This record gives sequence, C-alpha cells and structure tokens, in this order.
Amino acid sequence: MPFEGIGAAVRRKEDARFLSGHGSYTDDINRPGQLYAFVRRSDRPHAKIRSIDTSAAATAPGVVAVYTGADMAAENIGGLPCGWQIHSKDGSPMKEPPHPVLAVDKVRHVGDPIAVVIAETKQAAKDASEQIVIDYEDLPAVASLRDAIAPGAALVHDDAPGNICYDWHIGDKVVVDAAFAKAAKVVKLDLTNNRLIPNAMEPRAAIGEFDGYSGDYTLYTTSQNPHVIRLLMGAFVLHIPENKLRVVAPDVGGGFGSKIYHYAEEAIVTWAAGKVRRPVKWTAERTESFMSDAHGRDHDTTAEMALDAEGNFLALRVSTLANMGGYLSTFAPCVPTYLYATLLAGVYKTPVIYCEVKAVFTNTVPVDAYRGAGRPEATFLLERLVDACAYDTKTDRVAIRRKNFIPADAFPYQTPVALQYDSGNYQATLDACLKAADHAGFESRRTTAAAKGKLRGMGVSTYLEACGIAPSAVVGSLGARAGLYEVANIKVHPTGSVTVYTGTHSHGQGHETTLAQLVCSQLGVPLDQVDIVHGDTAKIPFGMGTYGSRSLAVGGSAMVKAMDKIIVKGKKIAAHLMEASVDDIEFKDGTFSVAGTDKTKTLTDISLAAYVPHNYPIEELEPGLDETSFYDPKNFTFPGGCHVAEVEIDKDTGVVEVVNFVAVDDVGRVINPMIVEGQVQGGVAQGIGQALLEHAVYDESGQLLSGSMMDYTMPRADDLPNITVGTEITLCTHNPLGVKGCGEVGAIGSPPAVINAIIDALKAYDVRHIDMPATPQKLWSIMAAK
Amino acid sequence: MPQVTLTVNGKRHTVEVEGRTLLVELLREKLGLTGTHVGCDTSQCGACVVHVDGVSAKSCTMLALQADGTSVLTIEGVAAADGTLHPMQEMFREHHALQCGFCTPGMVMSAIDLVNSHPGGLTEKQIREGLEGNLCRCTGYHNIVKAIAAAWPLMHGKAAAAE
Repeated sequence: MPFEGIGAAVRRKEDARFLSGHGSYTDDINRPGQLYAFVRRSDRPHAKIRSIDTSAAATAPGVVAVYTGADMAAENIGGLPCGWQIHSKDGSPMKEPPHPVLAVDKVRHVGDPIAVVIAETKQAAKDASEQIVIDYEDLPAVASLRDAIAPGAALVHDDAPGNICYDWHIGDKVVVDAAFAKAAKVVKLDLTNNRLIPNAMEPRAAIGEFDGYSGDYTLYTTSQNPHVIRLLMGAFVLHIPENKLRVVAPDVGGGFGSKIYHYAEEAIVTWAAGKVRRPVKWTAERTESFMSDAHGRDHDTTAEMALDAEGNFLALRVSTLANMGGYLSTFAPCVPTYLYATLLAGVYKTPVIYCEVKAVFTNTVPVDAYRGAGRPEATFLLERLVDACAYDTKTDRVAIRRKNFIPADAFPYQTPVALQYDSGNYQATLDACLKAADHAGFESRRTTAAAKGKLRGMGVSTYLEACGIAPSAVVGSLGARAGLYEVANIKVHPTGSVTVYTGTHSHGQGHETTLAQLVCSQLGVPLDQVDIVHGDTAKIPFGMGTYGSRSLAVGGSAMVKAMDKIIVKGKKIAAHLMEASVDDIEFKDGTFSVAGTDKTKTLTDISLAAYVPHNYPIEELEPGLDETSFYDPKNFTFPGGCHVAEVEIDKDTGVVEVVNFVAVDDVGRVINPMIVEGQVQGGVAQGIGQALLEHAVYDESGQLLSGSMMDYTMPRADDLPNITVGTEITLCTHNPLGVKGCGEVGAIGSPPAVINAIIDALKAYDVRHIDMPATPQKLWSIMAAK
Repeated sequence: MPQVTLTVNGKRHTVEVEGRTLLVELLREKLGLTGTHVGCDTSQCGACVVHVDGVSAKSCTMLALQADGTSVLTIEGVAAADGTLHPMQEMFREHHALQCGFCTPGMVMSAIDLVNSHPGGLTEKQIREGLEGNLCRCTGYHNIVKAIAAAWPLMHGKAAAAE
C-alpha cells in the first residue's frame, strides 16, 4: 500500500467530481415543485418605511406569494441572533438592537431586505419584485467610522447613543501609561485596515422545503456550519424544534468566513416553504452578495510603541474604532476584541499592553469575520508599527524584530493580553524565510531594478495568530454564547471500510482527503476505503463547522479520540477471539496481535466479528464498531511565521508588481503538504489583494460604490506572483495531532509584508506609512509630490 | 416562446426559451448541466465558460438564441465517456489547482482553449494573461498556472518537460 497517511501529499479524493462538473452546490440542487424567491432590498442607506404596496407584485404573472416584514412579525418570527456578547469597560452589556429578517419600519443599509416575492420562475419573481412600491422617508446616514462617532451624528439605532455598540478594553492602562512616561522613545502610527468584501466564488444560495404531513423542514444552504444554522434559526428565529429541522450544507464554493453567519435569506426560504407548501429556492446575484454578505476588517486605529534607548519594546498602547455595520452579524462583536486585541503581543515580548476598542454602528452592510478575522488587523498594526519603530530609530527592521522576539526557550509564554502560547520558534521561521527570499542578495536586485527605472523594495512581516477555535470555557467566559467543541462519529463497517461523520465542513479545504489520511495513519485503512461525510444535520451527531482554522486542531482531535475508542474496543474483541488477555493485545498498521506470539487478527476480522458475530463476548461487550467523541481544545493553537514580499514600483505609473513572495510558516504537524501549500498560497493571494487592490468603498451618503466585480478589484492571475511556501515546524503541545492550522496564516501575515516592501521601495521619498490598498494613484501621487 | 436548437456535448437538443434566456440558464435549468456555474452578474468571473464551436465563451454573456445551430461543449463533456479525465483535468488534480471547485469548470474550459490556441508554446506570462477572464478566490492561481503549463505538452503530444 502506498504511503497515504499523515505527511503524504496525496492527491485529493474530491477532485474528480469537481473537475468533471459533478459537484453538487446548493444552486445545482432542484427540488420537485420548486418555486423561486427574489428579495427586494433597500436602495437607501437609511430610511423610514412609510408604506409598502405589494398589490401589483402579488398579481403579477407567475407570482405565488409576496411577504414583508409585517407578515413575519405577525407570526412572531424572531430577529437574527448574535452569538457573542461583549461587555463595555463600565460592565454594561453591548447594545444589541433587533435585527429583523425583513425590515419592518426602517432600513439601515443599502441591501437591507424588505420583501420577498415567491414565483414559478426566477425571472417572474424578479420582475414582480420591481412592482413593489416602497414609500421611504430618507434619513441622514452615517457611512464611515469617523462620521458615525461625530457629535450629533444620525443614529443607526435609537437605543445605541453615539452609535456605540460597546466601548471595551483589555490590559492595565495605568501600568502602560507609566511605561510610556519612562520611555526613551515613543513611536506612533495612525492606520486604517481597509474594508473588504469576501467574494467566495459561489454566491450564497438557500432552498427551503416543508413536508406538510410530517411537519419536517429541510434547508439546503451555502453554510460553513449547518448545525449552527439549525440551532440559531430553529431556536431563535423560526421556532422549529431540531427534530423537525434538517440543515444540509452540500458542496460549498468557498466561504472565507462569509458563510458562517445565519443570514436572513435562510430563514425566509424555510419559513416561506412552510407557507406555500412547496420548496423555495433563492440564489444571490453577485450584486446582492456585495450588499448582503458580511464584509470584513474596517478598523481605524492609533497605535503607539514605547521603546527604551536600546530599542527594546516597553509597552504598546492601541485605540481602535471597529465598524459593525448596520446590525450585529453572528460573530461580529468578538472579532475586534478577542480575536484582535489578544493578538497584540504578536511574536514580541512587549511586557505590557493596553488596547481599547469602540465598536460602531454605521449605515453599511454588517461586518464580521473574514479570513483571519481580527488577527490580520492586529498583524497589520504590529508589523507596520515595528517597521515604523525601525524607521524612527534608524535601526535595521530585521534586527529590531530579532531583539524583541519571544525566545524559543520561553514557551509556554504568557502574554500580557490573556493568551498563553504553547510553542513556536520565531527566529527559525525568520531565518528560513530570509534565506529562501535571498534577503542577502536584495540590494543588488534593487540596483538592477533601478537601472530599468523600477523602484524595488523588500518587506518583512513576522506574525503570529491564534486559531483552533476554541476552548469552550475560555470563550464562554469571554462572551461566546456557545461552546466550541467538535464532534466525530466514526463507523468501521462490517468488512472494514470506514465512514467518518465530522461536524466540521469542507468548502475547499480538502477534508475528504486530509481527514481520511488521519484514519489511514491511526487505523491502517487504505484511503480509498475511507469516506468523510460532512454538512448534514441528519447524518452527523453535532458540530460547530469550519472557521478559525479549527477543522484539524479540533475536529481532527475528536477523530483521534473516537479512533482511540475503536482501538480499545477492537482490542477487547481481539482478546476474546485469540483467547488472550486484553493487556497483551497490540494494535499497529491495522492489525491486532498478541504480544510475543504470531497470532494476529486484522481490523476487518475484528469489525466482521463486531457486527455479525458467531463468537463474541456478548455478555461483556455490545456488538458494533462505531464510536463518537467530542473534543474540547485545551487552548488555542498558535501558528506563526515570516512572510517576505519583494515589489517593484513603476515610477511613471505607480503600478506595483509583487515580483517575489516567500512564506515560511509554523503550522504545526503537516498532514498533507500539498494542501498546506495551497492553503497558504490562497491566503497570501487574499492578503496581497487587501494590500494592493481590494477596498469596499461607501460614499458619504452610504451608497456602496464598489458594488460589483467591475468596481471591486478582485486579484486576477496576472496581479499575483508565484508564491513560495515553506514550513518550519514546532508541534502544538496540547492536541493529540500536534497540529496548529494553516487556513488563515496566508491572509494574516502577508498584507504588512507587501506594504513594508512598498515603503522600502519608496525610500527616496521618505514615506513612513501608506494605508491599504496601495493603489497606483496613491503611489503616483506620493512620487509626483516630491 | 422561441425555440433554439443546438448540440451540447455531442447531443442535439431543441428547447423553448424566452428571448432573454441566457445560454448558461439554458444549460443549467433546461438541460440540467449544472457543472457550468454562475459566479457573478457582470461577466467578470468566468465560472460559466464553455466552448461554443470550439472557442471559449462566457455563457452568461450569450443569449440562448445566439447559440442556435452551434455546438457547445461544457465541462460535463470534457472527460472521456468512460470517465478518463482530459489531460487538463488530470493536471489540475495533479497540481492541486482547485480547492472549493466552483471556478474550476470555467477555469478548465478557458485553460483548454488557451492551450489549444497556442500550439507553439505558452509562457507563464501568457498563461497568467490568458486567465484574465477567470476569477479564483481559493488558490492564488499559482497551482492553476502550473497545471496549465504541465498540460500543454500533454495536449500537444510533446513529452512532458522534466520538472
């Protein structure tokens, strides 16, 4: 048998169906008698709804029903719930205004859903939706963070004064201020983390179905976590008990965070299917995605580092405004707090840190986690600030990093912002990355480029992130309204093949392969005899889904525990069959043996005996070989590493070309190096997109200017370089696989590497900071002004 | 309603459509060929690329009626009847050029046309520029570029260059 277990770059089991057009994404599914929904959305950023006239739409050809927020309110349909509660400095809970599924008396952002038309065809539903007459009374809108907190600003929610959702902090301000007072040098930077639109290639879609005889509802949806949707929608919105609600997330075409949340359209189609007693399908047009998928990032921050005369970091002080948008999305409140401020130590031994965060409502689409979620914002801040420290103190940027790194022998390392890192070696990832990027030869490349009229620069980012979300008790104490366990049910079938039912969800990550590799290694079953099943609440016991690079660290660990149970039970059966003591049974490579003898039984012998026994210890042991385990991580995992970008700027146009990009990451144990490389490359591409191209732009009135793929710059093949990926491993010390996670590192480490490289390239122009995206216009203006 | 007659993956179909029906809607909704995807509404993403009379086309940008009398190849018709993957599909698998798989059908159809139309060879720059009409959010394109370069010699009957 070829080596297919942990560490093998096996090709993916899922590829054949995707490559031949036989994937089954939500919009590919059609149910008998299916109707189509089209959602009429607000084109106003902020307005009162005086009236909605649906009479013409309701009688339009092909229309079956038209529903508004009033129809839902009449049936006591709940609002979309938020999954995390943050408390402000003064102990008061965050402002948590209602988030109706369909707007009732007010709209709060362009794209806010107001009514839904259900019709025989998609075209009929869309045509009729244009006949809905909405009488708005426009209200002044606040589109930016600064406008929203200005005195006298219009209020997005009347019960959130000053548009503040919460005013939160972490760290000891008195101690930090005292450290600043004694500092030899203070380096200050104001920066913006640009607002992004996730744009998974598959637009969101949902199909609701209702069986009038059994009372069973089924929702097919583009979700990263079907059980979470069942829990939230069933319990808080539609009041459907879980035994009557099945949620299926079939093949999902990318998520990047944006498909974690419970969205209005899921509730709309499920509820409407019950009303019209026929399946109802909704599929987002991309324009709808732009104005209804949760956006990402959008921070305004002031950061200050206190240094001593030798360049040691003494203290960090940060003040951030974080945009929540018009309503609180499912995970939104935790992103700029516990996924952000707790990361501000980064890879540095900064002894004291204080961070305050004001979360702000604006008349924009809700903002929530997008690949990296909080950690990219923390990393951009830190890695820009560290470069600014080098700039202001005229120190080498690599040297100042090395001086302040947490040393490799300091683990476990307790940071001043709550986290305890278990393992890492930041010198090692830095050394490997600088070597792979030929840091030593850079100045000669700069000279060569200059001869061609190009400004060449190199940028370094040394970062750390926290993922493997999450230790339940810890996040519970921080405001999470649910624990973040993961579940695995593993069935060894009578003839020895295996089906794994995992609560994680694959939407590009390749779980059907990597999770099967775990089974190969632990149970010795060939890869083609292992199937991974995910994404269906009717099949899987429970699960919290996939985000925060948790699938292996949490879901994989649950699998290890379940397989441990299978081996324990298998040993008992083997002992009985071979008439030996259980203590003498050994299990290796799929075979049970009696120590010190040549007696063996294969896993298949045992599984057959377990299901259809002639000879079985039936008095002591139940038949079957089917085990379920829950795993609750003891800590977060802490991947980290170094990214180096090399850029060339065209002096005449300001266009940046990333000519080389190297990432060396410590992601813990690697299960499939091919997939790790692909995950990092994809993350880096999104990071380069953030640094150079992508920006969700609202005008002052709250209209989304970058509302289509013609206006929002998605990275294309000719915008990106080859991305060299290396790994430099330390094992996670607290999960059984030693894995840390690789899904987000690319998007976290890369943006500051690119911006640092651009600033390096612009040395002659004495530039200290540039906000993202570093567009040609921005750079040309800097060069032209000199 | 007007009728359109076309050949899809070697099979002739006559279908009633609305004047405004797009080729991609005909393929997905009338013929059940859901391998061709819709990722945007502005002809930017290329998830819907098929071949019309041997040349790649965005099927969201063509009315079904415009396809009357044409021969259309979709992703479902690319592999051999026995399921053997086309060299481009095989190289996508070999080089991990897909993750979520949603852009993949359009990407493969564009890539096949790109290789077919460059019998003299393809540089990395030509591949990257040739993919201008196809968006992928997962891979960063690195492995897609590698897969296409690896498929070129296989499709043009040349021995694969040693890696």
